[in-house]
Amino acid sequence: MKTAKPAESPPSTTARAAAGGTRAPSGLLLLSVLLPPRFTPERVKRDRRYRTLDKYRFIAGFLALPLAFYAVFVISPFLQAIYYSFTDWDGGATADFVGLDNYRKLWNDDRFWDSAKTSVSLLVAAPVITLSLGIFFAYMITAGGRHRRGQAVAGVVGSSFYKVVYFFPQVLSIAIVAVVWMRVFSTRSGLLNGSLGAVGLDGLEKPWLGGDYNLALFATLTVLCWSFVGFYVVLFSAAMGAIPRDLYEAALLDGAGRATTFFKVTLPLIWDTVRTGWIYMGIQALDAFAIVLVMVPDHALKVTPVFLYQRFREGQFGYATAIGVVLLVFSVVFSLIIMRVGNRDRIEY
Amino acid sequence: MGFTSVNRRDVMKRSAAVGLLAVPGAAALSSCATGGDDDGDKAEKGDKTKKNPLGVKEDADLQVYIFNGGYDDKYAQFVTDMYGDRFGDATTDQKATEKIATQVQPRLVKGDPPDVVNNSGADNMNAGKVIKNKQAADLTELLDAPSWDDPNVKVRDTLIPGVEEMGAFGADGCYQLNIASTIYGNWYSDKMLTETLESDYPKTWDEMLAVCKKAKAKGIHGWTYPGGHPRYMLFSMFAMFAQAGGREVIEAMDYLEPGAWKHDAVKSVFEAFEELVAKKYVLTGFDGKEAHIEMQTAWTKGKALFVPDGSWVENEAKDTTPKDFRMAVGATPSLDKGDKLPFGTLYSPPGEPFLVPAKADNVRGGMEWLRMMYSRKAARNLFKQVSVMPVVKGAIDGMSLPPGVASSQKAVKAAGKNIVIAFWKEWYREMFDEDFNNVMGKFMLGDMSVKEAMDTMEKATARVAKDPDVEKVKRS
Repeated sequence: MKTAKPAESPPSTTARAAAGGTRAPSGLLLLSVLLPPRFTPERVKRDRRYRTLDKYRFIAGFLALPLAFYAVFVISPFLQAIYYSFTDWDGGATADFVGLDNYRKLWNDDRFWDSAKTSVSLLVAAPVITLSLGIFFAYMITAGGRHRRGQAVAGVVGSSFYKVVYFFPQVLSIAIVAVVWMRVFSTRSGLLNGSLGAVGLDGLEKPWLGGDYNLALFATLTVLCWSFVGFYVVLFSAAMGAIPRDLYEAALLDGAGRATTFFKVTLPLIWDTVRTGWIYMGIQALDAFAIVLVMVPDHALKVTPVFLYQRFREGQFGYATAIGVVLLVFSVVFSLIIMRVGNRDRIEY
Repeated sequence: MGFTSVNRRDVMKRSAAVGLLAVPGAAALSSCATGGDDDGDKAEKGDKTKKNPLGVKEDADLQVYIFNGGYDDKYAQFVTDMYGDRFGDATTDQKATEKIATQVQPRLVKGDPPDVVNNSGADNMNAGKVIKNKQAADLTELLDAPSWDDPNVKVRDTLIPGVEEMGAFGADGCYQLNIASTIYGNWYSDKMLTETLESDYPKTWDEMLAVCKKAKAKGIHGWTYPGGHPRYMLFSMFAMFAQAGGREVIEAMDYLEPGAWKHDAVKSVFEAFEELVAKKYVLTGFDGKEAHIEMQTAWTKGKALFVPDGSWVENEAKDTTPKDFRMAVGATPSLDKGDKLPFGTLYSPPGEPFLVPAKADNVRGGMEWLRMMYSRKAARNLFKQVSVMPVVKGAIDGMSLPPGVASSQKAVKAAGKNIVIAFWKEWYREMFDEDFNNVMGKFMLGDMSVKEAMDTMEKATARVAKDPDVEKVKRS
């Protein structure tokens, strides 16, 4: 873009003639950027480069504080963790650089692969279950009810009540959620086995957290989905609420039933939100740290973050951070895949 | 390609720490002289006198961190108060936490640690690492110092055997000191055994099976264990390893020797327990993190006869224990006549560890605190508060003992010199907390064979042996 728009250019015609403004000496330009604008010489002000820099300086001025916070509290820990993953730091005063040793050890560590298998299972299953349930409940709340006079769509009876109830687990601390469910799943005194026994389904009573891998995975998935589904109900309800009513009316006039309306109208229109939710839930599932640490006995099942925590506890900080870095890569790759897979043209409405 | 991340401040601190390490040597040379010869010492330097054998600086402040678990921290406050009374000018500060590592480890790394640390609980610091990093002070000087009660007897000589050994972690010296003695074994109700089942305590495994059979006929399970913490099984198995195969078997485990878990003695012990499982003598289903409480409650209610447990159980289960339960502990039964060690061999390590950080401001004060902990009156108070056996010899003689402690005392006396300690459990904690736990979780449900269990432990041993991140303790 060689020609400047008249509005941005200074009134001087000579400046416009010089194809984008005069060029001030670079040293002077730099100095001007660092000093307050009132010290800027006239000829520097006409420099196109100065105007660009001035704009960014303006934006950066507003963002300086948050950016500094971000750099100190987010970026620098990341970089430090990556750095420590190449050392044998164990909590002492020194950390020796060991190259890729930690990663090599990780590759050969069966315990890591066992935990990764569990984490990946959760990563695959938890978002599918949670999001499906979330979308279903949200649809029922916003458009699943009987048709009422004057309205194309309406929620089921008492939908505003359900919306609040679904959100309850989100309000509880995750540690409390895990403790409560630990009690529910308890083999001898748990609510689950107790109720199964009470209704005569003794055959279904199981030692849920008694050491069997599949049962423990089931229990973990249940709690993970239960505790997050409310959040997605609210998220998707909001997205569905933003869909114009006349689209539903049009679909209704065309004779679409509830299922058709959902798949042809609702789902495509909230797809962006679903994708975002998918990534978020995937990261939650990949973590699942608190639930597993508090609720599931070690010998039944272990997720990678718990394995990481145990390595930290043993003072193997270098190795533990290497596991953390691998988890970070996992999360990023997962996010990229979902972004790719779910990429559709955005529908404007 | 090595580098060290040391800054100037660390160098200063480290030179101070080196100064501290030099002190014991100086002290040995001038045991009765007044100080002044060890300039490297930090602020805590005081005059060494008969009354103050460790040379504590009278007005130096003292900070103590206590693990706030089953033992609470009142027993320690007693000692901290003793310290406050003795050194009136010093300000004492005791903190209780469930998260020792979370609270203390960062301060160790920073070089600003408290003066006494009760390194205990689920969130304790890996002692091997702390010692390797020279973050714990050598307490040998304390052991050589005159004891609180009798200046003619060294602290070392007032303690039961094993205390110093437990604190070495393969290094020269002693860095961690335990205050209470734990007695592991088969815990039972004497009333149930002798009155309900009209049996004597089984001295052989055949007798054990016979008692279990008898119990089963009365609708009582012979055994139970906390399914959520299956590693408890070691408390009943470990002494049997030693009994069946002799000390070399358990030493091979300690020193991570190849084949340690493949020994015939190990196999026969696993097979013995496999029979218990196969005959359905074991009451299962105490899952989850509170498993041990659920299990102990079922046990005190008479649902099962024997539990693998430690001597803390008497205190932990006291709310549910009937008055006439007569809690007792028995040593593990002999397998057969070929056993290398006699019946009565007891797994009984000193427990509840304390350390003094090397970079603490008041290292000598920290040692003095421990010297007071090992006094007769602090030991008796410890027993009064939490009913554990202090490691101070004869400290609780003449006191009225609850049945579990009395039975423990008897078991210790019967064992004589046949006390065994699973050092690998302390040195390589992950082998116990993770590997052995995983193995027993499956084994006790009958989901893992004897061979698989032994192979898995053997593999874990090999893994730990070649893991560069784990400090190994060499045979000395």
